[in-house]
Amino acid sequence: MIELKNISKTFKVAKRNAGFTEALKALFKKEYALIKALQDVSFTIGDGEMVGYIGPNGAGKSSTIKIMSGILTPDSGECLINGRTPWKDRINHVKDIGVVFGQRSQLWWDVPVADSFDLIKDIYKVDEVPFRKNLNKLTELLDLGEIIRTPARQLSLGQRMRCEIAASLLHNPKVLFLDEPTIGLDAVSKIAVRDFIKTINRENKTTVILTTHDMQDIEALTERILLIGKGRILLDGTLSELKKRYCDHKTLTVDYFGDILPACDHMTVFKDLGGHAELVIDTSFLSVSQAIAYISGVVDVKDMSVVGETAEEMVVSLYKEFKI
Amino acid sequence: MIKYLSFFKIRFTAGLQYRAAAWAGIATQFAWGGMTILMFRAFYQNGENAFPMTFPELSSYIWIQQAFLAMFMAWFFDNDIFNNITSGNIAYELCRPCDLYTMWFTKNMAIRLSRTMLRCLPILLVAAFLPYPYGVTLPPDFLSGVLFLFSIIIGFLVLVAFSMLIYISAFYTLSPIGIRLLATSVIEFFTGAVIPLPFFPESLQPIIYALPFASMQNTPFLIYVGYITGGGAVKNILLQLIWLMVLITAGQFLMKRALKKVIVQGG
Repeated sequence: MIELKNISKTFKVAKRNAGFTEALKALFKKEYALIKALQDVSFTIGDGEMVGYIGPNGAGKSSTIKIMSGILTPDSGECLINGRTPWKDRINHVKDIGVVFGQRSQLWWDVPVADSFDLIKDIYKVDEVPFRKNLNKLTELLDLGEIIRTPARQLSLGQRMRCEIAASLLHNPKVLFLDEPTIGLDAVSKIAVRDFIKTINRENKTTVILTTHDMQDIEALTERILLIGKGRILLDGTLSELKKRYCDHKTLTVDYFGDILPACDHMTVFKDLGGHAELVIDTSFLSVSQAIAYISGVVDVKDMSVVGETAEEMVVSLYKEFKI
Repeated sequence: MIKYLSFFKIRFTAGLQYRAAAWAGIATQFAWGGMTILMFRAFYQNGENAFPMTFPELSSYIWIQQAFLAMFMAWFFDNDIFNNITSGNIAYELCRPCDLYTMWFTKNMAIRLSRTMLRCLPILLVAAFLPYPYGVTLPPDFLSGVLFLFSIIIGFLVLVAFSMLIYISAFYTLSPIGIRLLATSVIEFFTGAVIPLPFFPESLQPIIYALPFASMQNTPFLIYVGYITGGGAVKNILLQLIWLMVLITAGQFLMKRALKKVIVQGG
């Protein structure tokens, strides 16, 4: 159970204009700007849930993750994770969580990955038998067989990320924080990582909180979405709800015989080149099948395709709506 | 405890890998030790009685200093720790159920000890066979030997505890270079690495001996050569213990304070 209540965090950032004189001035008087990284952030996440935490760069995603993992102390507010306040009881708290920072590495650079895993086993005091069992399972699921004997510096990004994720799960944490786990990965590795996260969530009932810019991650993994912008939680809902709310438009591309395609109600002609038209329909009033029936009634259709709004476009329109 | 031992092990074995560096280090230290002794010989030839230590004592002091250089060198820092702080990779270290102070302390001990392991025996062995009065001799008596062992362990811990303060300063200053340079010169000078502390002006000695720097290599080495004996040695070891406690307490306090306001850099 993760509970955040009115969490706020402000950073002080030194600012000055470019140039030598400005730099000299800054020697005597430094100007600071206060950046409100998080303002009044509250949410609750139940056990075994998988939540996507999205928002543009600088919105406060990583700050929230850092607060929840006990690294950052907020200015005000409460946070309880499994009954503990992370920054007050850091050492006990981190025993129960696993964290992957997609842009950093926790593996020791010049020793084989297996050595790093052994050290992590000692750090978390995992017993030999459950450790071996867990490691075998992770090795199998993430296909680490050969990789594990290679020094971390010689791994590709995809291989390294799989090892990073395995490393954060060796102590069987109840909560897993993933901060951009698929950043920079190719399609194959992305899918492998996604499948794995799903399996872990389903089989071990691990609570997963995922930040990402990759909407396919969100679509493939999470039901629930938290949208953060400029330090505030803007939206908390399921992906399908959001889609219903924000994806009420579908685009129909039609190739037909004839001159011009007259539109009906709730249908706008986006482009008509005579023989090829792109139409946008408002699905809350006009269903796709009704639209198709109408079109095939007025013209002789050669070919037709229907495209809904992708999650990516949805997020862009969300960002626009909240002006972030 | 096991987890800190594991940190020690991984760091220690990593340090043992650098054998070529160890040979180069041994050669440098021989040259350096030899040169220092020859320089002092020139002074001593002018009048032995003008100096606080006898020439054989001084030779022993310098060889012991060279043999245990890796343990007490003030200019050596674990760059991993500084990089972790300035790059923000410390995020991962903070996600471990470990006390950061103890973890870094252990790492530092491990890397210094592994380097000492590789270097001290060859130097001591060769220096023992150098003709009198240029070589290293055994401590004057058994008690001095025992007190030396006690004192060198505490002195080593005092040095590590002091360097911890410099690591922690990186939390506050972001770039540790300035403090590092300053601290290095101060420690080197007042610890007796440049010239042994008995050679300092007599009026300054009480102050210099009270500083934490004198509790690092100075005390054990002076006990070894027999310059400090018996009750004086015990008194000095007590002072070492006091400094050790003060430095560790200060380090832990500053670390705790730093972590409360730490801002993990980047992303």
